[in-house]
Amino acid sequence: MLKDILKLLEKDARSSHKQIATITGLPEKEVAASIRKAEKDQVILKYKAIVNWDKVEDDHVYALIEVKVSPQRDVGFEAIAERIYRFPQARSVYLLSGTFDLLVIVEGKSMQEAANFVSQKLAPVEGVQSTVTHFMLKKYKEDGEIIGSKEELKREPLQP
Amino acid sequence: MKTQKPSGKSQICQTVVDLPPSGIRKFFDLVATMEGAISLGVGEPDYVTPWHIREAAIHSIEKGYTMYSSNSGTPELRGAVSAYLAGRYKVNYDPTAEILITTGVSEGLDLVMRAILNPGDEVIMADPAYVSYPACVCLAGGKAVRVPTRVEDGFELRAENIEPYITKKTRAILLGYPANPTGAMIKRDKLVKIAQLAKRRGLLVISDEIYARLVYGVDEVCFASLPAMQETTVLLGGFSKTYAMTGWRLGYACGNKEIIAAMTKIHQYTMLCAPIMAQKAAVEALKNGEISINEMVEDYNRRRLLMVKGFNNIGLNCFEPRGAFYTFPSIKSTGMTSDQFAEKLLKEEKVVVVPGTAFGPSGEGYIRCCYATSMTEIEEALGRIHHFLKKHA
Ligand SMILES: Cc1ncc(COP(=O)(O)O)c(C=O)c1O
Repeated sequence: MLKDILKLLEKDARSSHKQIATITGLPEKEVAASIRKAEKDQVILKYKAIVNWDKVEDDHVYALIEVKVSPQRDVGFEAIAERIYRFPQARSVYLLSGTFDLLVIVEGKSMQEAANFVSQKLAPVEGVQSTVTHFMLKKYKEDGEIIGSKEELKREPLQP
Repeated sequence: MKTQKPSGKSQICQTVVDLPPSGIRKFFDLVATMEGAISLGVGEPDYVTPWHIREAAIHSIEKGYTMYSSNSGTPELRGAVSAYLAGRYKVNYDPTAEILITTGVSEGLDLVMRAILNPGDEVIMADPAYVSYPACVCLAGGKAVRVPTRVEDGFELRAENIEPYITKKTRAILLGYPANPTGAMIKRDKLVKIAQLAKRRGLLVISDEIYARLVYGVDEVCFASLPAMQETTVLLGGFSKTYAMTGWRLGYACGNKEIIAAMTKIHQYTMLCAPIMAQKAAVEALKNGEISINEMVEDYNRRRLLMVKGFNNIGLNCFEPRGAFYTFPSIKSTGMTSDQFAEKLLKEEKVVVVPGTAFGPSGEGYIRCCYATSMTEIEEALGRIHHFLKKHA
């Protein structure tokens, strides 16, 4: 049942308790309690909007940074990953298989700002061997949402 | 040159003159002039065809599939339909002789009626029913015999209610479940009774299963899969609703060799074949479409629950539909006819619904509302209908 609630919220975080109660058949109070508990247990981490910043004149630069690191005895990648993810500029941090270890997504106001973060904060972290920075040129799709033009429904309003 | 109409005589044949006009024609014109209307009057999915299916069609066009296909459809698609039906319902149709690819269930309905009816032959169907059912029977020279169904019976057509309507002229029983406009379903045990009745009285059963995959909390039954029914059932299936492919115009008819041959004969002269790019897309749909179906069905189900509960909350008794994407709430408490209700609601609150009477006399007192629209629109529409009800209380 919690899964049903989570699925609804993942689709639309603004679904009301009443809506969710109707759809799941649970009493509204129970829905509210489940959600509170999920928030407390950090099953639900946060509610946020997917924003198309290109439509608002706002400077936003994203960079994907490949980071090669030397894993440390006993803790492996955890300690270095933590050193990196604590920086607020690092929006997402993932450990990957393949030719590099960590993928860090950095957000900045300008290319300069993002580049400075890499050269002054990220690269000097102990254990970081090398970095490769890719600036993002355009977002086409994010979290399953196509950014920009949504396909409009071209339906006739009345059909038998 | 001007064609001269023979004085006083209509150029239109009597059959078409006698065909009743669609019950929703006048609403078309009203809606067309209106801004900000919310429509619960649609009859198709609110999805665009899943991308992998569209992509298959685009690829086929790039590869040069722009020609006629064989009359009965590409062997590839007939094979895929046969495999799908065998896999899902354990019914086995020979793709070379027992399956015909049609331009939608619409064409399938027309073909089967023309193939089986002699002038005056009767076809039994539920009332209310999808608008094309009686029309196709009439156009084929037959007579549509409507058996009233009631909300108390879940709008099911029941064997015991059919029997009194059977005459020497009866050729077939036409079933369409899950149903448009009611969303009704019939459970297996009741279908078996209809099957036994049809067998006993030597009647063909035509089963329109276009909504078969849009069911909620119940299992659909393929009528041809009932014991010993495959020979005397014509199964009509489609892609329009299941895969959100209404614009592609594609469906299929399955039945015994003799009937399929007869239907193919008409089809080859009047349609030639179904569009090849749609056939290519349909193969992809059948092979890889299950994930998309499940997602869409889950999403319809949420909105179904929201709408049914919503109507009951604002005081319109709403039967719980188990299939398709329609609700059929009763508006009897308002004292208005379906037609008055729909027209007033449109003019005063700008909400489009279809009067139940568009589907036959037993639809009086009901309206058809489609929930294949966004939750936000459903809630807004319910709010407007609530306002309307209070105003006319
Ligand atoms: C019950 C029923 N049968 C058949 C059809 C027509 O389907 P198709 O698009 O396959 O011609 C519809 C369309 O609304 C329908 O509701």
